[in-house]
Amino acid sequence: MEFLSQVAAVAWKDLRVEFRSREILYTMTFFAAMVLLIFSFAFVTREGVVLPDVIPGILWVAVAFSGTLGLSRAFDRERESDTMRGLLLAPCSRTAIFLGKAIGIATFILIVEIVVVPMTAVLFGAPLFDHAVPLVLILILATIGYSVVGSVFAAMLLRTRSRDVLLPVVLYPILVPLLIAGTKATAALLEGAGDPTAVADLDAAYFWIKFLAVYDMIFIATALWTFESLVIE
Amino acid sequence: MKQAMYFVFAGISVLLFFYTIDLIFYGTPLDAGLYFNQKIFYYHVPQAFVLFLAVIVAGVASLLYIKRRDGRYDDVAEAAGEVAVLFGAMMLVSGSIWGKAAWGVWWQWDARLTTSLLLWMLMVGYMLVRKYGGPSADRLAAGLAIFGAVNIPLVYFSVKIWRTLHPEASVVPGLQGSMRTTFWLSVLLFQIVFVLLLIARVGQSRIQRQVREVRERALDAGLLD
Amino acid sequence: MSIRSISVSNVTKRYGLHRALAGVSLELDAGSLCALLGPNGAGKSTLLGILSTLVRASSGQVAYRRDDGDERDPLALRRQIGVLAHSSFMYGELTGLENLAFYGQLYGVAEARARAQALLDDVELDERARNRPARTYSRGMLQRLALARALLHDPTVLLLDEPFTGLDRTGASSLANALADAKQSERILLVVTHDLEAIAGLTDHVVVLKRGKLVHEDRRSQAVGRADELGFSYEDLKTIYHQHTG
Repeated sequence: MEFLSQVAAVAWKDLRVEFRSREILYTMTFFAAMVLLIFSFAFVTREGVVLPDVIPGILWVAVAFSGTLGLSRAFDRERESDTMRGLLLAPCSRTAIFLGKAIGIATFILIVEIVVVPMTAVLFGAPLFDHAVPLVLILILATIGYSVVGSVFAAMLLRTRSRDVLLPVVLYPILVPLLIAGTKATAALLEGAGDPTAVADLDAAYFWIKFLAVYDMIFIATALWTFESLVIE
Repeated sequence: MKQAMYFVFAGISVLLFFYTIDLIFYGTPLDAGLYFNQKIFYYHVPQAFVLFLAVIVAGVASLLYIKRRDGRYDDVAEAAGEVAVLFGAMMLVSGSIWGKAAWGVWWQWDARLTTSLLLWMLMVGYMLVRKYGGPSADRLAAGLAIFGAVNIPLVYFSVKIWRTLHPEASVVPGLQGSMRTTFWLSVLLFQIVFVLLLIARVGQSRIQRQVREVRERALDAGLLD
Repeated sequence: MSIRSISVSNVTKRYGLHRALAGVSLELDAGSLCALLGPNGAGKSTLLGILSTLVRASSGQVAYRRDDGDERDPLALRRQIGVLAHSSFMYGELTGLENLAFYGQLYGVAEARARAQALLDDVELDERARNRPARTYSRGMLQRLALARALLHDPTVLLLDEPFTGLDRTGASSLANALADAKQSERILLVVTHDLEAIAGLTDHVVVLKRGKLVHEDRRSQAVGRADELGFSYEDLKTIYHQHTG
């Protein structure tokens, strides 16, 4: 019980700090939008359309890159005024702090997705919202996995000088299955888009949703099991 | 005694090397479609086995290291990480040559190729962390190795479903006669070389660590300033 | 069970091959204020870090003694330790009150908000100040807020690193009063400071660190409530300090 209230305190604190400054949300969203635009230079064909096959990839690259940005900043904040030491001095387990941070970051990423997903749908003419339920499940599950794995590594990198360059180095190899699943699930929803006779491959989408759920469970378990020993000074 | 065993196994691996080379070139039939190029397979697949094994060794050793805080496990993880990068590189090069001959392209996004490449990238990342991670690099690297080892089945599974076209789906169980013997002898050879390299590299890390620990103890005792 | 004494035995701390502490042994008792003196880089902050459980000693032991044995559970231990460090540990975007309420929740303080209000009264941060974001605070206000944070969970052990920095005359004298109260109520106090004048009279135990070694230790028993009589005077402290730091 106390554990949960500590998790909630840390998460709520992160959200409150962010809603006051909005720095992370603004920069993440801007960056994600910029990634979408840059991809449009590469993928918009001479006819002025984008091949439907590449849209899921564009979306997930934008989410993954902007997520890293938010992740570094959210943990960097704990270095100003040394608040991370303030947290570590408190009589709560490291795992509670970790979960609180992960929940905060998951919320930031979800908010960015709320902007970026419709933007992708509008800019690239992708009927992403034809199947809203699986889409929301995909986004939520992928965001949870991303935040858990990301928080583990961002926390471990907190005391490392070259953390900004090392975060993608350690994070992306572990995120590969998650990004594949996210991309493929979204692609399944867009299957045959623009062709009125075709139908979206919902079976494939739900297969990848289950895969994401398994990924999340495996890495939440691994993180909870190892986090305490990984961050001890 | 230990040293003697080491050299005995080193001797065995040298003999096995020549023997497998002989078998590969003179003891096995020429492939009907690929001719000589098929022979890469005898060394290529064992290299991939070593890569996977080394990653798992690094993961398990890292887990033991953070749970028991004993530097000996870290030595093993570091050594396994380096060996994985080495064998992974050999595997990727030999695989590309095979691919050029068999499929006409240097690289194909096949499940196995992609998984191996990702695994190799993971271990290159591991080496980068070791080198540039600063004072807490050992724990960061341990975390990466643990998460990476847990990730192997997920990567393989996701990549496999993503790219269902795997041409030579499973060559190994179908091998016959001399091809079979040659293949498994090569596997044995590479496993022995892996263990020998691992032991040699662990010994090196251990000595470095011991020198560091002696200096630290001397500092603690006030013998050095 | 509250901690009655802390015994530090032969503690060393290395950062790589740099030695910050070299075999320090020390006893800290309840109801006593220990002044930890020494030049910059002597290892004072490192020792404080080790006592606060944040930094792991390279070798040696720290035992936290209760009446019925040693306290080993790190969470129970941290609940009894209050730390004031160089940095304020405050989130700039949150108000002073919100910062304290947040830490109160982490420490499991009952009625965290009310307790925070009471402490803010004690450190004399007025209603307007406590509802302003902490980033707008002056150095002195931040220091007072940080002090309130250290006292929030009513700790038995108080570890204070330069608590007088940034405080004006009234702030310093109310801090000195708070220290005297804490001493009276049998707390363990360790104060790192260069401001010898501020702690004169309160101090009954002086420790000087130099290059990671304990070079001087002196105690004067002090009758309860007679701070003016026995403890170390400003002159005493100055003599000791200059004797070792030149």
